[in-house]
Amino acid sequence: MKVPTSFTNIPISPSVDKVGVEERVARFQSRSIKNESKRQGLDLVLSMIDLTTLEGKDTPGKVKQMCYKAHHLHDSYPNLPTVAAVCVFPSMVKTAKTALLGTSVKVASVSTAFPSGQSTRAVKLADTKFAVDEGADEIDMVISRGKFLAGEYNFVFDEIAAIKEACGKARLKVILETGELCTLDSVRKASDIAIYAGADFIKTSTGKIQPAATMQVTYTMLMAIKDYYDTTGIMIGMKPAGGISTSKLALHNLVMVKEILGNNWLNNDWFRFGASSLANDVLMQIMKLETGVYQSSDYFTID
Amino acid sequence: MNRVEILKTYKIYIGGAFPRTESGRYYTPVNKTGEGIGNMCLSSRKDVRNAVTAARKAFGSWSERSAFNRGQIIYRIAEMLEGRKEQFILELQKQGSTKAEAEKEVILAIDRIVYYAGWCDKYNQVLSAVNPVSSSHFNFTTCESMGIVGVLAPQTTSLIGLVSLLIPAICSGNTAVLIASEKLPLCAITFAEVLNSSDVPGGVVNILTGNTEELLPVLASHMDVNALISESLGSLEIETAKAAVDNLKRKFTYNADWSSEKSQGLYYISDCLELKTTWHPIENIGGTTSSY
Repeated sequence: MKVPTSFTNIPISPSVDKVGVEERVARFQSRSIKNESKRQGLDLVLSMIDLTTLEGKDTPGKVKQMCYKAHHLHDSYPNLPTVAAVCVFPSMVKTAKTALLGTSVKVASVSTAFPSGQSTRAVKLADTKFAVDEGADEIDMVISRGKFLAGEYNFVFDEIAAIKEACGKARLKVILETGELCTLDSVRKASDIAIYAGADFIKTSTGKIQPAATMQVTYTMLMAIKDYYDTTGIMIGMKPAGGISTSKLALHNLVMVKEILGNNWLNNDWFRFGASSLANDVLMQIMKLETGVYQSSDYFTID
Repeated sequence: MNRVEILKTYKIYIGGAFPRTESGRYYTPVNKTGEGIGNMCLSSRKDVRNAVTAARKAFGSWSERSAFNRGQIIYRIAEMLEGRKEQFILELQKQGSTKAEAEKEVILAIDRIVYYAGWCDKYNQVLSAVNPVSSSHFNFTTCESMGIVGVLAPQTTSLIGLVSLLIPAICSGNTAVLIASEKLPLCAITFAEVLNSSDVPGGVVNILTGNTEELLPVLASHMDVNALISESLGSLEIETAKAAVDNLKRKFTYNADWSSEKSQGLYYISDCLELKTTWHPIENIGGTTSSY
């Protein structure tokens, strides 16, 4: 079990070589993946998806529909995996939990004044507790980017630790919102703060800001996870979210995870994709492999 | 001094850009005396996939444009072609036409484009109808564009056949993926340059060159292609028809002398349209009967 220390005694984050990262990442994208491995990879991607709807216009109906899709991805083709979880606002947790009763699909809830995180500690804690009480299995919190950029790392660290405590048994994913952190050095620093403060998962983005989960950013975060694992032997999960809408990009991400962290992370306990349109693209690729015919989105559910 | 002529490398046309085929392959069609007339991309199934993706992306905004605006844009194609007449005449001669034949073909192509430009904001009025029904409904049928039309350009002409099938398909708001004539492909890509410099949005027309037997089955079986038009396919007919069944593609074959002025008309447009019939409830006031 990980014991959170205070910010002052976590190791100093190494600086990130941006050019080196880009070269390494480019190499992950040039792997040739043959059909059989591709098929397995696509199944794996499906099982790692956090099917997400985080909009002001979300209705209980929309959430129920998405939950149904979460465990009936494409009924005309049997034996497909379900997605890992659905990801909703706290107010929709109960609806989602009811809709997913009896399935293995988990319910994740965003919290802490998602997506900006601009609120008081008390509100954020209440937000989190509400989601947990409603039955959320996982909490996706956002860090206070404003405080982080102002150099108040202690504040960010303590906030994550406090939210972790409020989560109880729910697993905590910490969203860094890398699109607002500007540099890979900041991404690395925020990753280290989140990990040492008690994150079970670190997650790139809210999906509301561009750029989101670029491979460079994911790479930097994976390296933070690797360094932590090498030091302590404790595994931390990774969730790139936002902007991963094609199977190809998802497979490139899997290649990267395998080569940096190894096979232990290649399951939905330790790696997730936060996405809304990725599932359909993966389904279309699977059907292309099975039928030999290029597919049309007309024959897959509308998200 | 003797000069070695540069053999042009023609690229393909996808989504308003001119990429090389992703396969990196090429072929060199020859004229009657066996000389190469250009280096053409030998497109692959992935190029077909990319072209269909581009066509689907372009479909929404193209089909939602006003009919009049589409007419203006199609007319603009004719204008641009007029300005580059000489280039097409030379290219047709290179591919075996006499000068007189080439001139006739290019002029007819221009006129045919103008003809269909005129139809853009008229076909719907001609083809739509108010239908007599024996209930209290206002019942009417209108035309809607179909989606993506796959076009296999006629093999025996380089320009006029392509224009005769392609333009009526896109003038109603469809987008198209066209496979050029295998042996006479030059004008198809030069025509893509014309399209690109007129106001046709990228992706509305996508043009591939290559081996018909390789590309046609991929296009015919693609679930996101809604119609397939071509000349009679001969030995490929049955295989293509079977491939087109899965998503109930409309499949039309035409056998026409494209150089005839008669080989144009409203039905080339209507074949690539969906008819939508609407039943609108109306009040039947005081027992009066409606005339429709």
